[in-house]
Amino acid sequence: MSAPAQRRIIFQHIDEPGYTNDLACYVRHGGYETFKKSVARKPEELIDEVKKSGLRGRGGAGFPCGVKWSLVDRKSGKPIYLVVNADESEPGTFKDRYIMHQDPHQLIEGIMITCFANNVKQAYIYIRGEFPHGARILEKAIAEARAANFVGPNVLGTGYSCEIYVHRGAGAYICGEETGLIESLEGKRPYPRIKPPYFPAVLGLYQCPTIVNNVETLCHVKYIAEVGGEAYSKIGTPNNTGTRILCVSGHVQRPGYYEFEVGKITLGQLLYDVCGGPLPGRTFKAVIPGGSSAKILKVGERFKGKRKVGPDMVDYDWGIEDVPMDFDCLAMIGSMGGSGGVIVMDDSVDMVAALANINAFYAHESCGQCTPCREGSLWMKKISSRMIHGEARPEDGALLKSVADQIAGRTICAFGEACSWPTQSFIAKFGDEFKAYPQTKKAPKAENALELV
Amino acid sequence: MNLKPETLSRIDEVIPHYPSKRSATLPLLHLIQEDIGYLPPEAIEWVAAKLELQPINVYEVVTFYPMFRQKPIGRRHIKVCRTLSCALVGGYKVCETFEKEFNTRCGEVSPGGEVTIEFVECLASCGSGPVVLIDDDLHEKVDAAKAKALADQIKQEAARRP
Ligand SMILES: Cc1cc2nc3c(=O)[nH]c(=O)nc-3n(C[C@H](O)[C@H](O)[C@H](O)COP(=O)(O)O)c2cc1C
Ligand code: SF4
Ligand code: FES
Repeated sequence: MSAPAQRRIIFQHIDEPGYTNDLACYVRHGGYETFKKSVARKPEELIDEVKKSGLRGRGGAGFPCGVKWSLVDRKSGKPIYLVVNADESEPGTFKDRYIMHQDPHQLIEGIMITCFANNVKQAYIYIRGEFPHGARILEKAIAEARAANFVGPNVLGTGYSCEIYVHRGAGAYICGEETGLIESLEGKRPYPRIKPPYFPAVLGLYQCPTIVNNVETLCHVKYIAEVGGEAYSKIGTPNNTGTRILCVSGHVQRPGYYEFEVGKITLGQLLYDVCGGPLPGRTFKAVIPGGSSAKILKVGERFKGKRKVGPDMVDYDWGIEDVPMDFDCLAMIGSMGGSGGVIVMDDSVDMVAALANINAFYAHESCGQCTPCREGSLWMKKISSRMIHGEARPEDGALLKSVADQIAGRTICAFGEACSWPTQSFIAKFGDEFKAYPQTKKAPKAENALELV
Repeated sequence: MNLKPETLSRIDEVIPHYPSKRSATLPLLHLIQEDIGYLPPEAIEWVAAKLELQPINVYEVVTFYPMFRQKPIGRRHIKVCRTLSCALVGGYKVCETFEKEFNTRCGEVSPGGEVTIEFVECLASCGSGPVVLIDDDLHEKVDAAKAKALADQIKQEAARRP
């Protein structure tokens, strides 16, 4: 079966010839009309639309956005903040970049609707430090929107006021984790906070109730306010509504970003039909489906079980190419949809080297607060990199696994899981390659083999 | 430490963006680093005094975040992505090409002080890798040939500088 057509909602204007990132162009395309209509409605109604839409967060965890908003402590008397997570730091993910660079007003409109719905008077966009142009574009866009009275005091004469400021990070991955991000915004080291009690909805920025949402999530909110929650919930599949931007990188003919209704496209359709299949003369070997923290999938492995389709339980028997790209199906087969970053590896890849590359990332990015994460990520890096550059032993795979097994569940934040899942899944699925590595290493390398670490 | 008047006015503009002065730590460090190129001890003390903090509060921030530096770097800053998606399409070769072209190693200032090459983690442009950030500008699909061309361009610009 060939792939369905893309459905571009969030990326409607990305790469469109003649579409520019200024206010005039956005307004010419119907921009801020939804916001104008939204401020004439009751805030609770807007929250209800988002609840009805079934929208799940696009930052990584897939948490329902409406539920997140309903957890906000509205009785504390303290101000409520919105923090926009524009840190985009999960390896393999590159979607928020294009929204901010090419269509910043879409994000600002989503932010303003979210703020109005939740009675937020101050929003911060936390953008990663490596997007200097993105930060300037957003600042200019906010200034334009402010001059047009869409942002700032007494918005559109409604008596409602709200400011948006851009805050730049400085190159640390852990600032993507929401409580680390909040600490960073407070001017400190981005050490994630312990939950409970520090759930942002109750004790977030400056110990006030705070909503943290991803850039793409807030663009979906804008679209939901435009078409209504009910209509939005019909896009995609049940419990996996709307569209999703899939970012494909690595060994395919056409890497890039593609927006599809969630769950309407399988991994196979995405990789073969949309991305043109493997490079000439190669075959696919493995895929990481949701950012580098997601557990790896091996070409040829099969997944069997029963799943709910509508009211019925049906049997499924899937190869990885049959798996629908939605949160639930990817979780069912033991991985995750995560941030939507699909990293593809072909038969030229040495899996030990690929894991060593990933481990180097996590060792570099652990914030260091929790011993299992700080030490574990470092040792996983040291062991895997010794296998490549020094001496490899048949028992290294087991050693790596034992380190990884002692991290997850023993840390302050989900980075602990994020850094142990790659090792656990690589060893579970490519254990033979790790075991045979001392022999493999002695064989001459293929001419086109690339260094990965 | 002599900050440009423009930097000083931007510093005064950004502090009131936050209900707590401490929040302005990162923005101030960025502004000062953009102005004078790095963050010497005076900068740390200056920011601390400006935001009514202890120097250690600022120092611990400077030492944590990879983008802040306590030493000057080359006139041009070349950041090559090291992470998986870029590595799968040749990121390590790109880094090597730059090292050869400028006769230097990652993390060091090249002889003559023209560039500092750095291997950095994912730059969120994984679909068009290998990617390289030169100062503020992103370059995509940088293979060895394109890396050589970029290096040549930097050298030409350096030669033209009075
Ligand atoms: C280690 C780690 C890194 C993360 N990085 C990001 C990121 O770069 N961008 C992002 O939007 N969310 C990231 N998240 C998820 C955030 O913590 C948070 O769940 C998300 O911003 C919530 O927004 P959403 O509900 O709209 O998805 C990260 C989480 C963890 C544990
Ligand atoms: S799990 Fe790792 S990244 Fe998260 S708080 Fe602990 S040490 Fe820091
Ligand atoms: S891996 Fe290089 S930009 Fe993401």
